[in-house]
Amino acid sequence: MAETVLTNKRRIELLEMRGIVKRFPGVLACDQIDFTVKSGEVHTLLGENGAGKSTLMKMLYGLYQPDEGEIRINGKVASIRSPQEAIQSGIGMIHQHFMFVPSLTVAENVALGLKTSFGSMLDLKEISKGLSALSDRYNLKIDPDIPIWQLAVGEQQRVEILRAIYKGADLLILDEPTAVLTPQEVDDLFRILNQMRQDGHALIFISHKLHEVLAISNRITVLRDGAQVGMIDVEEATKQNLAEMMVGRPVVLQYDIPPLERGSVRLELNQVSARSNRGNLGLNDVSLSVYGGEIVGVAGVSGNGQQELAQVIAGLRPIEAGTITVNGQNISGKSPEKMNSLGVSYIPEERMVDGVIKEFTVAENLILQDHWREPFANNGLMLNFNVIQDACRQAIKDYEIKTPSTETPIKSLSGGNIQKLVLARELARNPQVLIAAQPTRGVDIGASEYIHQRILAERETGTAILLISEDLDEIRALSDRIIVMFEGRIVGIVERKDVNIQALGAMMAGVH
Amino acid sequence: MSIRKRPNIFRGINVERLLDLIPILIALFAAFIVASFLLIALDANPITAFSAMFEGAFGSQNATAETLVKATPILFVAIGITIAFRGGVINIGGEGQMIAGALGAITVTLMIGESLNWLVIPLALFAGFIAGGIYGGIAGFLKAYFDVNEILSTIMLNQIAVQLMNFLLNGPLLDPESGGFNNIPKTARISEVAQLPRLAIFDFFSRTRLHYGLIIAIIIAIIIYVLLWRTTIGYRIRAVGLNQRASRYAGINVERQIVLSMFLAGGMAGLAGAVQVLGLNYRLQTDGSPAGFTANAGFNGIVAALFGGLNPLGAIPASTFFGALLVGAQKMQREVGVPASMITAINGLIVVFVVSSQIFILRRTRRRVGEAIGQMDDNHTEKLKEGEN
Ligand SMILES: Nc1ncnc2c1ncn2[C@@H]1O[C@H](COP(=O)(O)OP(=O)(O)O)[C@@H](O)[C@H]1O
Ligand SMILES: [Mg+2]
Repeated sequence: MAETVLTNKRRIELLEMRGIVKRFPGVLACDQIDFTVKSGEVHTLLGENGAGKSTLMKMLYGLYQPDEGEIRINGKVASIRSPQEAIQSGIGMIHQHFMFVPSLTVAENVALGLKTSFGSMLDLKEISKGLSALSDRYNLKIDPDIPIWQLAVGEQQRVEILRAIYKGADLLILDEPTAVLTPQEVDDLFRILNQMRQDGHALIFISHKLHEVLAISNRITVLRDGAQVGMIDVEEATKQNLAEMMVGRPVVLQYDIPPLERGSVRLELNQVSARSNRGNLGLNDVSLSVYGGEIVGVAGVSGNGQQELAQVIAGLRPIEAGTITVNGQNISGKSPEKMNSLGVSYIPEERMVDGVIKEFTVAENLILQDHWREPFANNGLMLNFNVIQDACRQAIKDYEIKTPSTETPIKSLSGGNIQKLVLARELARNPQVLIAAQPTRGVDIGASEYIHQRILAERETGTAILLISEDLDEIRALSDRIIVMFEGRIVGIVERKDVNIQALGAMMAGVH
Repeated sequence: MSIRKRPNIFRGINVERLLDLIPILIALFAAFIVASFLLIALDANPITAFSAMFEGAFGSQNATAETLVKATPILFVAIGITIAFRGGVINIGGEGQMIAGALGAITVTLMIGESLNWLVIPLALFAGFIAGGIYGGIAGFLKAYFDVNEILSTIMLNQIAVQLMNFLLNGPLLDPESGGFNNIPKTARISEVAQLPRLAIFDFFSRTRLHYGLIIAIIIAIIIYVLLWRTTIGYRIRAVGLNQRASRYAGINVERQIVLSMFLAGGMAGLAGAVQVLGLNYRLQTDGSPAGFTANAGFNGIVAALFGGLNPLGAIPASTFFGALLVGAQKMQREVGVPASMITAINGLIVVFVVSSQIFILRRTRRRVGEAIGQMDDNHTEKLKEGEN
């Protein structure tokens, strides 16, 4: 099998989807979509959550059947009724969730999926050899004899790619492959995709991150609400026009930020250390001041102490050493409730685990911290439903939250709408200090822009804001000052005017 | 579709939710079909068997009264289990907490005697609640602060309660007038002022054993419903039950809520025990096994709580249903001659089918919400804004 794969002759020269329609009860997921991809190109599908990208690709991979339209391979009509048939036609797909037996090796996992092999010793050796050859060719750096559980997420994804190529995928669909990767791993992935493109593979890349799309694509097709908005070559594409096509209205990517009017020190950390969940000093001797009316961005690869930093300020993690003051008051080791009443608001990084109770309704989630306070409760006991409902309707209106009702369980809202509710709740307190951790991760561009505007408006009112984000674009767009964290320490502080992206990247990687 | 103001006294009850009953009814029907096959395999005519069962449960005033008498302790326990479940704690200790409650109630009653007149009843009920509550609270405390699995601890506490009951009934609480160790161990009979009155509705149920315990249970069901969904206490209990991390983030003392839910759950089971003593037996007596006093209400209450959709109001029909099943079974056994364990089997079948139907309901709800969101568009949000005035 491996020999056939190593030639440059690909079975899929041209794949065409014509007039594809797919309906789900109450939703038109794909409406007359035309999509083509050629050997040797990366064609990107771009669109916000729910635009129909995955649905379209699942039809190509035989997981769904189109209600209308046809698929042609090299000009001939093809019917793909199952993933097996897709694989036979040379189509492979990398899902967001990987399917492996963790205790088995890479080669054994690949063998499991092959019809011809039952995992006999001989076969395994062959497979292992074939996989090594492919791994070298595409620079996947995968040892076929290592058990899956020892691999990081990014490596597991490369195993999925390796497996697909090994099975003879000439066309590879990658459904939001970068969602689970660190920036470094994204670079690795793109190198691999480039190699595959040169080798004549046809690649379909799905994402809603504009800079990635611009970096890897040859052509870009934009979907919105199931409809095809347009198809452009990468040469004509800019972040601006892509964002507008995606969202359907002009989008602000560069904010007009009024000059900094620094107030007094609102939040001060003095040589603070704290342990991470693993027990080591996740936060190591950090000193930091945030002034009223200022946004301090915290950049860094995730896992370098940012989460611990946010949690100690929010009162959710004990500190080992140092002091934290809010408005001059020492608050080290105070409870979350105390922090709240001092005017510290925290938008937590893992919003579905920490920020909301999934099963609670939108209204119930709005009163998470303040459920016992006036006016939501009388005497701290009876919940005041009319007041809660009114407040919730107001928040829905003010923050443009899309929800069928105030009584809808919040888990059925989209990520962006959930985040808007968290924001509404945290800003309603008129905070002195706002900690926003990854405020737009997994959030649509439209909602992200909205959230950014809100954070900037908060800056205008004189709140001290600590913005923690892995998204350098976000940090650069909003911050007055940027601090870089590496291995629990602050390794650099940069003023807005002096920002240099290369230097930031180097500091994030610990080179300084 | 609009964001509507809902006059919500009974929040959570609406037509859509009533539609959710249909799968439950289908599940029940299916359970009875399978049970029919079992009966046929035992050479019994299912129709005769089930009509005998129905006769036995509801065929006369007395039958209905007996059904409700059996349902009463199950309802108390089910309310408590509901609280615990909502608080994220699995309480298998209903039996032990019932016994603790009964011991608390009988001790207070016997101590007070006739001196306080009718006041003895509320005091005894309160003692039952507190005793059961402390007994449940122990398991809650161990779970919250020492991470002891509550399933194990409550099962062990059940054993301890039975031993304690046997010890007390053979010693300190033994009826001074009883014949001693050869007889069934029992306490003295409580005085007449301490007995819960019989419940007769005009002529209905006169001359039956039905007592005011049922009314108390229903009132408590309503109170707990309000507590869970209309008060800050219930809000915190439910928050902790669903997501401890978010609760901590919200500034809720998670450990305290766990102890509280187990205290309330135990308190409810304690009331079940107290009401059995004050309303039915007029004394505490046992054959030495736990079921000798509780008649398994501590376990049946768990099933009734699930069957009632973990809602205290839903627990009312659910408990009645299990009361009917238990009472009707005796008649069925007599008339058709099938073993009583058949009832256990039917019980099990109902649980399996009902739980499956609950999963179905869950899916349906998700789909419903998904569609509602799918139909929404930006226009809708616009309309929302305009329609606010
Ligand atoms: N199996 C399904 N059943 C019903 N609706 C679905 C199903 N899969 C997707 N949808 C709906 O189809 C639309 C497109 O979804 P999807 O293709 O997953 O979007 P994307 O991948 O672009 O985020 C959404 O409105 C989604 O709710
Ligand atoms: Mg998708």
